[in-house]
Amino acid sequence: MSYVPHTDADRADMLAAVGVERVEDLFHDVPAACRFPELVLPEPLSEMELMAELQAMSEENLDTGHFSCFLGAGSYNHYVPRIVDQIISRSEFYTAYTPYQPEISQGTLQSIFEYQSMICALTGMEVANASHYDGATATAEAVVMALNASRGKRKKVVLSPWLHPEYRQVVRTYTQGMGLEIVGDEVGDGAPGLDAVAALVDKNTACLIVQNPNFLGQIQDLSGLADQVHAAGALLGVVVEPVSLGLLKPPGELGADIVVGEGQGLGNGLNFGGPYLGFFACRQKDVRKMAGRLVGETVDTEGRPGFVLTLSTREQHIRRERATSNICTNQALCALAMAAHMAALGPTGLRRMAELCYHKAHYAAQEVGALEDYQVLDDAPFFQEFVVRCPAPVADINRYLLEEWGILGGYDLGRDYAHLQNHMLICVTEVISREEIDVLVEALEEAGREVAA
Amino acid sequence: MKADFGVRCSGAEPVIYELSKPGRMATTLPEPDVPPAELPPQALLRDGLDLPEVSELDLMRHYVRLSQLNWAIDIGFYPLGSCTMKYNPKVNEAAARLPGFAGTHPYQDVHTVQGNLLLMYELQEMLKEIAGFAGVSLQPSAGAHGELTGVLIMRAYHVARGETQRTRIIVPDSAHGTNPATTSMAGLEVVEVPSDERGNVDLAALEAVCGDTVCGLMLTNPNTLGLFEEQLPQVIDLIHGCGGLVYGDGANFNALLGIARPGDLGFDVMHFNLHKTFSTPHGGGGPGAGPVGVAEHLVPFLPGPIVELCECAEGECDCGCGHDDEMDEDAVCFHLVMPPKSIGRVKSFYGNFGVLVRAYTYIRMLGAAGLREVAEMAVLNANYLKSQLAGVLPVSHGRTHMHEFVAKGIIEGAPDVHALDIAKRLIDYGFHPPTNYFPLIVPEALMIEPTETESKEVLDAFAQALRSIRDEALTDPEILHEAPHTAPVGRLDEVRAARQQVLRWQGE
Amino acid sequence: MKVDPDLLYSQDHEWVRVEGEEAVLGISDYAQDQLSDVVYVELPEEGDAFEKGDVFAVVESVKTASDVYTPVSGEILEINEALEDSPELVNQDPYGEAWFVRISLQDPAELDELMDAEAYKAFIAEQEE
Repeated sequence: MSYVPHTDADRADMLAAVGVERVEDLFHDVPAACRFPELVLPEPLSEMELMAELQAMSEENLDTGHFSCFLGAGSYNHYVPRIVDQIISRSEFYTAYTPYQPEISQGTLQSIFEYQSMICALTGMEVANASHYDGATATAEAVVMALNASRGKRKKVVLSPWLHPEYRQVVRTYTQGMGLEIVGDEVGDGAPGLDAVAALVDKNTACLIVQNPNFLGQIQDLSGLADQVHAAGALLGVVVEPVSLGLLKPPGELGADIVVGEGQGLGNGLNFGGPYLGFFACRQKDVRKMAGRLVGETVDTEGRPGFVLTLSTREQHIRRERATSNICTNQALCALAMAAHMAALGPTGLRRMAELCYHKAHYAAQEVGALEDYQVLDDAPFFQEFVVRCPAPVADINRYLLEEWGILGGYDLGRDYAHLQNHMLICVTEVISREEIDVLVEALEEAGREVAA
Repeated sequence: MKADFGVRCSGAEPVIYELSKPGRMATTLPEPDVPPAELPPQALLRDGLDLPEVSELDLMRHYVRLSQLNWAIDIGFYPLGSCTMKYNPKVNEAAARLPGFAGTHPYQDVHTVQGNLLLMYELQEMLKEIAGFAGVSLQPSAGAHGELTGVLIMRAYHVARGETQRTRIIVPDSAHGTNPATTSMAGLEVVEVPSDERGNVDLAALEAVCGDTVCGLMLTNPNTLGLFEEQLPQVIDLIHGCGGLVYGDGANFNALLGIARPGDLGFDVMHFNLHKTFSTPHGGGGPGAGPVGVAEHLVPFLPGPIVELCECAEGECDCGCGHDDEMDEDAVCFHLVMPPKSIGRVKSFYGNFGVLVRAYTYIRMLGAAGLREVAEMAVLNANYLKSQLAGVLPVSHGRTHMHEFVAKGIIEGAPDVHALDIAKRLIDYGFHPPTNYFPLIVPEALMIEPTETESKEVLDAFAQALRSIRDEALTDPEILHEAPHTAPVGRLDEVRAARQQVLRWQGE
Repeated sequence: MKVDPDLLYSQDHEWVRVEGEEAVLGISDYAQDQLSDVVYVELPEEGDAFEKGDVFAVVESVKTASDVYTPVSGEILEINEALEDSPELVNQDPYGEAWFVRISLQDPAELDELMDAEAYKAFIAEQEE
């Protein structure tokens, strides 16, 4: 089954019209030695058989619908209202292409305009693009934008060590051919605070990138940071988490130049890491240095309002080697889902959702912190994730939690930070009930006794 | 088959903020079941948030009405060159939504997501087989992302061999704009080579730029003219001969499935566009997926992590899984491994997994025979449509085409009618226009790719529409200049959009 | 096509107004006509130095971005900030209000390689054939 509708009669007519005997004759330009290889692939299946096989394959996983999961660390299990899937399942949205013919793409274009508007509101910034692949690549593009803003004259980038480890890796991958000096995130034995990192910003620095809440879930006070960074002539980029912005002051109000983050938490489920989306917002005065697609409002020949892709001359298909970036595809359907979820919540709903995560996480921290063998790091306020020092390696604790209690435990910070061995990052969102938290606490207590022994 | 947008053809669906009324909400949230904790100090909290407040009914109506202003594959023909707008099978959508797949967190212990890793491993293996490569990474999210990955791999390969002077990437003048943009991002220099009159890379020009400063050549094959490189072996040998690598832009891979494997042809690295060749939906501009395949010598440089197989025979495996002794002899498990000389991560987590599930489903539905049929019918459809346009519009080259061809929007006797006018008038006839003004080397270009999922009737109707438009151009060109007439909006003022930037909702 | 009689012209359709040891640069009427509606002009910064033939500015229309090459070597002394808010000036008044930059004349001999108004008129006529 290849979804090809042609009958034998169709084929015969078409071959005749083209003037060849067999369809193979159309491939005469392909080197004979390489032509028509026998591909060794599984035999095709009917839809019924294939769905059965895929169902079985999916059931080899333990999924969060059946198991309590306390993982966060950049991917969050939030409840997505069913209306969102209905919206993105409409053929007119998901089987449409990039809106290059605006007259027949107003649905896509207006929905992206609305998404851009909501991201601006969420982040407190003036302009947002139509999205990047994920939070990590959006962060890398923020660095590239800062480099372009300094016209290539500043080659130093300062990254907070509390920026997501994978985001820092992606920044390094993206910029490996650019001859940059990337500093700030070597942690060693210590736990440098924001001040120590900000002190590294100097006249050679293109940007400082920080995350808030940071990778450890902590909320920081960023007031004054923008001034400090600007005094050195550098830009401040802040990586944020969208649900937390239902509660927290947005970086746009604190002087940030670029605000990026992972949009997955709204509208898009876990999906084992993708597809996600990176939102990206900046100031109007910097719009030409920003990469990515942009939708703008205009009018048609009759004066009716309409939307178009605009400022395309920044992009690859026009600027080619002098483009702001090479990005072509954005994550349109994921952005649509995020916008639909934000619209479904409204400001009240997003605030309530954020508060649910906040209060549940704090209840969990309080109960876990009361356990003798566990210490909760409480030197800073936190949003929906907190750090716990465990009496044994996190991998061992988690294995016990899974095998004996059927719980998917938190993230092992020892993977990324040498001084945080045995430290677990526990995430509690609004989908976790009080009962599940109480069970976790009981399980951790038992694990502490059984594993550390 | 007219584009009938009917009574919704006012283009006046309000922006969602205009439907907002304080106090409305379109979802419900549970009451807190824990005691409230003290919130952070007020200075850290926000003071108001300007998001729309709408009822669930209004939300649904808004998006349904917006959707009805769009054209889509599920509505009609969408012959965009090099985009491969083939049918998006619905079984793919069901597969991706299986809760066992969709409800897994990327940081779960690998032994709790062996279903996901099995799917990814098999997809890696199938893509290797289909394209003739030794290694595949599924991590890149899109074609341009895969390109950046491929160029960084080529660069890393040369650097590892001490050849840091190889800083130039050769790009044909017919290349997609992402190719030179990607090259710049990787810190390399673009060297453009022209095409000859048959649409092939100019071999003499290529030879002139070959040397020990060449990192590689980026080649789309078939190229953006829809033509297979007639001297492909010579082109590849030339680049390899001066120590360079050959990167394949896989945007046009639909023409080669089961016909030829880029690895066999000599390509060192290639990106796949799962959202083109492998039927995953375009989504209005993403998400896609751009996995990268490489030849043996480049395998260590792949971005990661990638999925590897661990053969846990006899209850022991050196990946430290600690399986119990009663495992059968053929037991295997899958792990996420970073290749030894990897260029690094190109995105967070492992790739667009939801898109990978769709592509996997497609390949399992088709099998080898189905994939070959795809390429055969894509190429037959393109050549058939081209034959039906004889005498209507000139075509850029007189050779046998692959899955697409470039027509010129030039009508003899109507010098004021351009490709843009023809494209916009096609909308009134119920077709999405072909790609306009690309590739840059053909004046008034209309790049047409029918794909294999379109029937002969659709192609005949499209050809007939172009005949009618050609006639209109000669008798009543104004109707073309002012097209489209039946779309929700007319031609939009793009100059005004760029000069008076309105990029977000700002109230009345 | 308007050609200002007091200026010198390059083959890439830039014009030069010599003012002692300085020069003012812009693009010709022919050039703005080719570009159609200009939506943005990217200018260098004061103090930037260029060699003859370097790209010192970029002019954008909706669909294209065109490089502007300096016909003379020198250092940028002043840029025309009016173009930032009103790029349409390039279409409306290419020889007057839409000057791009004022540049120091490092090597006056370079002016000899440029065309005068008459030569430029003939040059454009040839281009149109």
